[in-house]
Amino acid sequence: MLLDASGEIEDHWPLVADGDPLPEQGYALVPLARIERALEQSRVYLGLQAPNDTVPEDLVPYFGRLGLISVDFPSFADGRGFSIAACLRDKGFSGRLRAEGPVIADQFGYLLSCGFDELNVPDDVAIRQPVDQWLAQLENVSLAYQRRQTGRLSVLDQRLAARG
Amino acid sequence: MYRYDEFDHRFVAERTQEFRNQVARRLDGSLTEDEFKPLRLMNGLYLQLHAYMLRVAIPYGTLDARQMRMLAHIAETWDRGYGHFTTRQNIQYNWPKLADTPDILDALASVEMHAIQTSGNCIRNTTSDPFAGVAPEEIDDPRITAELIRQWSSLHPEFTFLGRKFKIAVTGCEEDRVALRLHDIGVQIVRKDGNPDGAVGYRIFVGGGMGRTPMISRELRAFLPKADLLPYLEACLRVYNLHGRRDNKYKARIKILVHEQGIDSYRAQVEAEFAAMDRSAIAAPEAEVARIAAYFAAPELPDRSADEADYSRAFQSDAQFAAWVQRNTFQHRVPGYVAATISLKPVGGVPGDATAEQMRVMADLAEAHSQNEIRITHEQNVVLPHVALADLYKVYRGLQGAGLDAANKGLVTDIIACPGLDYCALATARSIPVAQAISNRFASPERQADIGPLPIKISGCINACGHHHVGAIGILGLDKAGVESYQITLGGDATERAALGDRTGPGFGYDELPEVVEKVVDTYIAHRQGNRETFLQTYRRIGMQPFKEALYAA
Repeated sequence: MLLDASGEIEDHWPLVADGDPLPEQGYALVPLARIERALEQSRVYLGLQAPNDTVPEDLVPYFGRLGLISVDFPSFADGRGFSIAACLRDKGFSGRLRAEGPVIADQFGYLLSCGFDELNVPDDVAIRQPVDQWLAQLENVSLAYQRRQTGRLSVLDQRLAARG
Repeated sequence: MYRYDEFDHRFVAERTQEFRNQVARRLDGSLTEDEFKPLRLMNGLYLQLHAYMLRVAIPYGTLDARQMRMLAHIAETWDRGYGHFTTRQNIQYNWPKLADTPDILDALASVEMHAIQTSGNCIRNTTSDPFAGVAPEEIDDPRITAELIRQWSSLHPEFTFLGRKFKIAVTGCEEDRVALRLHDIGVQIVRKDGNPDGAVGYRIFVGGGMGRTPMISRELRAFLPKADLLPYLEACLRVYNLHGRRDNKYKARIKILVHEQGIDSYRAQVEAEFAAMDRSAIAAPEAEVARIAAYFAAPELPDRSADEADYSRAFQSDAQFAAWVQRNTFQHRVPGYVAATISLKPVGGVPGDATAEQMRVMADLAEAHSQNEIRITHEQNVVLPHVALADLYKVYRGLQGAGLDAANKGLVTDIIACPGLDYCALATARSIPVAQAISNRFASPERQADIGPLPIKISGCINACGHHHVGAIGILGLDKAGVESYQITLGGDATERAALGDRTGPGFGYDELPEVVEKVVDTYIAHRQGNRETFLQTYRRIGMQPFKEALYAA
């Protein structure tokens, strides 16, 4: 199930596995190992699959050519991806950021806060945690002490505003 | 003391409701047990040997009478009438039912408390000096910094699923009462270049810790401007979260990263991250720092010197009181006042335990005689920080009536012990009964006074929750083929002279321990120079050999 803050969405980014040919045009999600070759194909709108030991700095040269970076979450408990996303945003990546893997609804707010736009969770998670649980999570947790990548204000900001 | 505003209240209320939903979603199968586990841990709920355990946060160990009474109420209503104060200045309840925990969290929220991040692989309760705002040589009140860190670290979206737990301590003094150098990050408030007129900022240490690979932290930054604190911590955590090991949970703490990479490499990465990030988005605005600081303004302590006659008389006539004053009180920066340590280490007792009734006595005394303030220490004792000498005898008599008058702060019976095999699912040996047996052996107040300062720390497994590595005498309980075996270390020190203890040699059986400690103490007494040389001073001077001979001579 692919979803963002608005609910379930359609996936425009077909994964082009190692060895398969790239499309002539349109969208393609490629593994990090293939990125250099894929960049030569100028008419393709590229997405990059990044494993969770990616050094965010290494992706900076590709930023201008990437429409999406998909960060792998091997497990919901492995939180490296949160820092990878925050780091990519700090370094100026403005395309779409996707979390790929068995993250859980309880993490939705954190993921968005770190700069992710969308999540792709496997079927077994989607069955146990249908889309309404994810949206309810955003609804129910309205406050954070940290300013968010989404531009949402922190408690500290809101205090300043409330006190003029 | 810090008070919640509408935002803090709403934050905790939302969090409590969220946990209620999580429990329901676990029960209806939305969450698997594996998924639920870190969520409940992040709310302080452990599954122990016999039951669930709920650990409640006491931010930087500060609370008021109303909060202490609620802790008593919880102990009576949902537990077995007592609670256990921990080395992270928290309190834990050993017998709550899972189904009751959302109600307990609601009760806590009603007095501005919670159990958020008292467990799990996230930033834990930030600890601080129990004599904050009291110690004469303090540069700045560390609780202001600790509260900033509490807010910043609460459900930090980036750092809530770290490789391992992460502990931060803050002190405003050179004299270390927080075990600063044994923390993942230690924050010391300093003046720039040590100049008495220099700007106030922070000295940052990183990579300390206990556990199975104990390490003393390294200096990361000699001076960090105050305004940069939160962005700098964010950079420290980010580098750890990105690069810390996740292949082995015993190598996942930041100390291993710093050790394997080297402090210089880690520092370079932190500085690069710090330089690149939008610091203004993370740093607390000046107005917010000022708002928090106002809560910690020094209380108005009136001059009560005209009322000290009772105190002077009692000090002359009641020898037990005089001993307690000498042992358990700390000179306040305001003349005529002291901070009084309430020992939770009565002879033969369970270190750190307090009954609901005792909690209420402490709350009443704090309200009447300590500006409504209470502190928990990492030695598992309680402090009334602002007691006038004029009230001290009254306070002492109140404590005496509740069995809280042990005059043993820092002495051989002021033992730190983890819950051990009596409660803990990780334990490999008992630790509470060991503490009790040693305490009984050294029950004589005269003997304790003669021995002088001698912190004994006991852990029931290698995870070192009882801080045995930094005990002057450290005791580590292991399981050797189904039999409890205890390793002894000597010379550990959690203060500004931080040191890890040295192992004496092969371990000892459970029943031998009081005798073992006795031999160590006798060796010290036989070798000390004059009556004032402490155990640690003697140990540093004469080394391990004489102790070894005493312990292992055929």
